[in-house]
Amino acid sequence: MNAAWTIDGVREALGTKKISARELASDFYKRIAERNQELNAYLTLSEERAYLQADRIDGLVAAGKVLPPLAGVPIAIKDVISTRGVRTTCGSKILENYIPPYDATAVERLEAAGAVMLGKTNCDEFAMGSSTENSAYGPVRNPESTDRVPGGSSGGSAAAVAAGLAVASLGTDTGGSIRQPGSFCGIPAMMGSYGRVSRYGLIAFASSLDRIGPFATSTRDVAAVMGVIAGRDTNDSTSTTAPVPDYRAAMGKPVKGLRIGIPKEYFGAGMDEGVRKKIEAGIAVFEKLGCELREIHMAHTDYAIATYYIIATAEASSNLARYDGVRYGLRVEADSLLAMYRKTRGAGFGAEVKRRIVLGTYVLSAGYYDAFYLKGQRVRALIAQDFREAFSKVDVLVTPTSPVPPFLLGERTSDPLQMYLADIYTVTGSLAGVPGISVPCGKICGKLPVGLQIFGPAFGEARVLLLADAFEQAGGASV
Amino acid sequence: MRISREDVEKVAELANLELSEAELEMYRTQIDEILEYIGKLNELDTTGVEPMAQVLADEESADATLREDDIVRCDVAAEILEQAPDREASYFRVPKVIER
Repeated sequence: MNAAWTIDGVREALGTKKISARELASDFYKRIAERNQELNAYLTLSEERAYLQADRIDGLVAAGKVLPPLAGVPIAIKDVISTRGVRTTCGSKILENYIPPYDATAVERLEAAGAVMLGKTNCDEFAMGSSTENSAYGPVRNPESTDRVPGGSSGGSAAAVAAGLAVASLGTDTGGSIRQPGSFCGIPAMMGSYGRVSRYGLIAFASSLDRIGPFATSTRDVAAVMGVIAGRDTNDSTSTTAPVPDYRAAMGKPVKGLRIGIPKEYFGAGMDEGVRKKIEAGIAVFEKLGCELREIHMAHTDYAIATYYIIATAEASSNLARYDGVRYGLRVEADSLLAMYRKTRGAGFGAEVKRRIVLGTYVLSAGYYDAFYLKGQRVRALIAQDFREAFSKVDVLVTPTSPVPPFLLGERTSDPLQMYLADIYTVTGSLAGVPGISVPCGKICGKLPVGLQIFGPAFGEARVLLLADAFEQAGGASV
Repeated sequence: MRISREDVEKVAELANLELSEAELEMYRTQIDEILEYIGKLNELDTTGVEPMAQVLADEESADATLREDDIVRCDVAAEILEQAPDREASYFRVPKVIER
């Protein structure tokens, strides 16, 4: 196990000159060189950019300047997030050599806060998947148990942090793609409210659902990264003007008396017994902390997967129309424009992406639009209503993150519907737009990590983080 | 059967996606199963429920937060063109579209 760095630890070490930002970055590149061949967490390393930034931080230290909040912190960025001058593939052959001409706002903010970007992490192609087995560049292995998947789609970002190959990372979550890999790799992982973090520069999958959010080794570090990337950005009209509270300052307060809703529907059939036991033990931790537990009902939970796979694929089929071999990415030559489009897309996209484009185009096509797409949007409204009603009675919701522990590589690839069904506990919050975090909640047989999910009301990130931190401090990770 | 092979072919054409014979058959079977599952939404009466296209409250919606349409210098034309699979001067080149 590598020495575990935290954001505070990095700041302390830089401030007291125990290590320079350059030495720290170099140390992380050594770790990556040792471990990445096995894990396949990183697709591209950005050494030049990392050392340039590290030297800037070392300059601040030498000049005795006040260090920015993430000074020298080595971070990794999911490869669906644009980085100027650094290859961004989306885990797809169609963007194998794509070099973005601009930075995503989240990346720009992290670097402005002093973070050192080490490289880009592997993921399911265009963030479509729950195991990172849909990457065109090979699967990622779970550092906790290397014959198993790290979850997905942000499997590389989760694995990099869990293996000590980055102190924090960014992932994206459309139906669970941050929270579920966080759960599988045994680290905290957060999706803020829809609109909390700018999507500018995030290569779109499903625009009404996509969100950028952090992975780290502690809830405090998750909060620190969230505080940096959150907030209004004029380049994303859906990023909100709601003020960003000091998330870290909100932590450490008493949680006694907070009302926790336990939705009955999240403990139904299909849930692994090992997961159930750990989540029950996790809930007991909240009880010990003096929280008030209430069983509640969320009547439309069982319809969330069907709704999600209509809306997400419909939006994806539209968003992915831009990959046409004209302006960037792969082109397969043909004698007519249409044939060029078709061959390019047929050759450039992988199996899951094509499946979703076909399904998404179908649910939007004439004759099926009302029956599928509009029906899905109506049920989405009912699911969002379930959440609003729940939050009129309780302060947060606590659920499992995934019904199953990390599964074996190849175990579920042959049956797409079964893979989709495992997203049941995460897609609900995605559809409703609320914030959610997954925090470690023990390991089955001491080896398979389980994640406990906390949902808060829209823009209630501070409350979610307060509870997650209290859970962690009370030993929740080792129940 | 909810979706035929012809449906999949038609949809793939709409999406400008070339699929092999094997892919057509695989997607037909898999999407048929997925549509069967999605059909469970019909158990719900959604009469009078407004379709929800996005989650933001009205005062935070994209329409309410549009910025001024100001010109901002963005000097990346060369970098953008650099990404083109085929180009000539400052144009993207594509196969001939109009027959003479």
